[in-house]
Amino acid sequence: MRIGPVLVERRTASSWSWTLGVSLLALLIALALAGIIFWSYGVAPLRAYGVIFRGTLLNVRALPEIVRNAIPLLLAGVGLVLAFRALFWNIGAEGQILLGATAATWVALFSPVPDGWKLLAMFAAGFVSGAVWGLIPALLKLRFAVNEVISTLMMNYIALYLVSWLVHGPWKGPEMRGFAFTNAFPDAARIPTIADTRIHWPTLLLGVALAAAVAFLLARTRAGFEIRVQGENPEAARYAGIDPLRTTLLVMLLAGGAAGLAGVGEVGGIHHRLLDPNQISLGFGYAAIIVAWLARGNPLAAIGTALFLGFIFASGDVMRVALQMPARVTDVFNGLILFCLIGSERALSWRVRWAPGGVGLSPAARADAVASEAPRSDR
Amino acid sequence: MSRPVEPEPPPAPLLVLKEITKRFPGVVANDRVTVEVRAGEVHALLGENGAGKTTLVKVLYGIHQPDAGEIILRGRPVHIRAPRDALRLGIGMVPQHFLLVRRHTVAENVCLGLSGTRALLPSRQVERRIAELGGRYGLAVDPRAPVWSLSISEQQRVEILKALLRGAEILILDEPTSVLTPQEAQGLFAVLRRMTEEGHAVIFITHKLDEVLAVADRITVLRKGRVVDTLPAAAAGKRQLARMMVGRDVEFRPARTAVALRGEALRVEDLCAQNDRGLPALRGVSFAVQQGEIVGVAGVAGNGQREQVEVITGLRRATRGRVWVLGQEVTNGTARAVLEAGVAHIPEERIRAGIVGTMSVAENLVLRRYRYPPFSRGALLNRQAVSGFAQRMIATYGIATPSPRAPARALSGGNIQRLILARELSAEPALVVAAHPTSGLDISATEQIHTLLLRRREEGAGILLVSEDLDEILALSDRIVVMFGGEVMGIVPASEANRERIGLMMTGQRP
Repeated sequence: MRIGPVLVERRTASSWSWTLGVSLLALLIALALAGIIFWSYGVAPLRAYGVIFRGTLLNVRALPEIVRNAIPLLLAGVGLVLAFRALFWNIGAEGQILLGATAATWVALFSPVPDGWKLLAMFAAGFVSGAVWGLIPALLKLRFAVNEVISTLMMNYIALYLVSWLVHGPWKGPEMRGFAFTNAFPDAARIPTIADTRIHWPTLLLGVALAAAVAFLLARTRAGFEIRVQGENPEAARYAGIDPLRTTLLVMLLAGGAAGLAGVGEVGGIHHRLLDPNQISLGFGYAAIIVAWLARGNPLAAIGTALFLGFIFASGDVMRVALQMPARVTDVFNGLILFCLIGSERALSWRVRWAPGGVGLSPAARADAVASEAPRSDR
Repeated sequence: MSRPVEPEPPPAPLLVLKEITKRFPGVVANDRVTVEVRAGEVHALLGENGAGKTTLVKVLYGIHQPDAGEIILRGRPVHIRAPRDALRLGIGMVPQHFLLVRRHTVAENVCLGLSGTRALLPSRQVERRIAELGGRYGLAVDPRAPVWSLSISEQQRVEILKALLRGAEILILDEPTSVLTPQEAQGLFAVLRRMTEEGHAVIFITHKLDEVLAVADRITVLRKGRVVDTLPAAAAGKRQLARMMVGRDVEFRPARTAVALRGEALRVEDLCAQNDRGLPALRGVSFAVQQGEIVGVAGVAGNGQREQVEVITGLRRATRGRVWVLGQEVTNGTARAVLEAGVAHIPEERIRAGIVGTMSVAENLVLRRYRYPPFSRGALLNRQAVSGFAQRMIATYGIATPSPRAPARALSGGNIQRLILARELSAEPALVVAAHPTSGLDISATEQIHTLLLRRREEGAGILLVSEDLDEILALSDRIVVMFGGEVMGIVPASEANRERIGLMMTGQRP
């Protein structure tokens, strides 16, 4: 198709630079739309962005807050990259985070685990409980064809009310003077942080290691091959004799477990107690969907996209403090970004080329023509 | 272009496609193509896949706009911007895949989009017109029957009726016989001749030489987007046409050698299975394939062949009956168990099920073998082994790909099929289940695939060949199983088989 001097063609292979460019453009559009919200709030959009930049990226004290927010986003996001690669639409990272936080709290406050092993036991328990929470919808899907979008989403509410009930009821801390918190964790159950920041570095390391491990799993292992085939073409997976139950269970074990670890990090590294579910996770489980989407199936890219979303969360704090906007404005931001990204999806399969006048072929198009001895246009 | 040699000037053409050029990204689909169609003739467009036949008629029907060239109808240049324009000018098309509303009746389908009908459907007037046209051209079909109850050939008649009722003087048929039995194809040819007698012109797209010689008055051969020649059918021979299509000499009957049979590769007994809608599709099928023979399964699409292949390869449950591979029972085994019993499967839907389009050619070459050594070492993939294997396969099987790392979907249909055959046959299977292995492929790829299957047979494998192309079945098989309505109508040795006999059995008559 030709629009003036610009030629728009279907592309056969995706290119990294184009994917990056389209994604950045989508982000810009989202920022522009968010500007309308600032403006309707009586804040000049450019001034708002200026305040946000100064309050986050240019403020040495605020920079660590970006990383702090990126930790749960990375863990949950890498898990979702894996789940999405296997075409399992896990919307349940939020609930898996809460379950991980709950299990960690039990280990910290109520288990007889010796102090030296407490942190390790918390991470292990968090991983297992997040994984179990993720495996239930996987089993429901493969045994009874229950749509996983619905079941994972609903499991979030179960987890939310479970935590809410625990902190209002059986686990309500006697030392908390009526607040709906558990007691504070003992020192042995607190994840160490870097100096003056809220960066609980062991969880951060886990996140980075997990991203690398998932990248290795997908590229180099038999199980990763099966996950990719299952995700790219389920029918071919059937034909290749790949067991969908096994791949899906593996994927959700890792994805749920990773989200569980994020929950451990939040209660063990930040809050040091179990509290209202909406304060444990500020919607990290949902924002992780954007992290995974932006990463376009690449687990290592999730490190970068988690930092970006961490920046959005940190700027939410700035907006609240410096611009007196409600904290939930970050949710609006996230929604706009996801909306624009999904909207840009179709643009990825096209190539735009500057070709004034002539009808010559681009080198890439010529290579395609060589690759296909018979043109597909005659079908 | 050659001119007819008659002394008197040729009749003025009804339609001229003049110097039509149509480019797509990376390819010139039509390169200055000129075709003249006369009133009262069947004009065949003959060519391999990708020769530009379909593109040309899509330009004529207004689906594509040409980059250059013009269309002259009854001596006047016309602009056809959309199928609507084509219909107004009296050009109708019967598409390869029918566009009918399955729940509606024939008359309702014919009415759809027909101008001048009343709001209430279907009017008696249309039913009368259908009956009248049906009688005139031999297109018998009950106007009140719902489309889902019709056979494929009846549905095709409905499509032709639709075009005629819209006043089509020029009728385009795109690969119309690919879904028909030989007898049904003969019936269609009779209809086309009646139409030309009444002054209609028919443009008939095909790559089958026998059909062209049977029905066409004149033939335009296309190759790689260009016209090779236009010649009267009476002056054309099969060999000559094939050479024009392919650009070199073609062997029609691949060489076969006698092979000693070495015991059973496959036995199925009393096999029953349901189709996707839960209706019985296989009703007690029994036969065997020896090692060293090709057993062809002939039948019109939808008579249980697909379900049979899926049950044997572990992709569908048998509700009754048993399957043995090399004497080992694999009834209702998983696809992996059947694979490990030594069965190769060339699937019917090669792009949808046979490859993962987004993954590389190298990965697709081990799609069913990645879990075995040398491609896996423990839990890890052995990437050297995979890429080394890919390079060998690309060279041995002549897979045209820019690199082993290119995504498989960038390959043409023929090369995708070469990839699948390389993967399946290089595992040295004892049984090859090949479903429609050459459908939609050009002559060169077809020839190569036939050679590969025959070679595998000579190496001692049993081959179950399911195909709708009766010529392919007749050319390759040692024995032919004919299926109808989910049952075996009979098993015929190749020496006693011919088109007529098999064709009758395909319509449900037992020998």
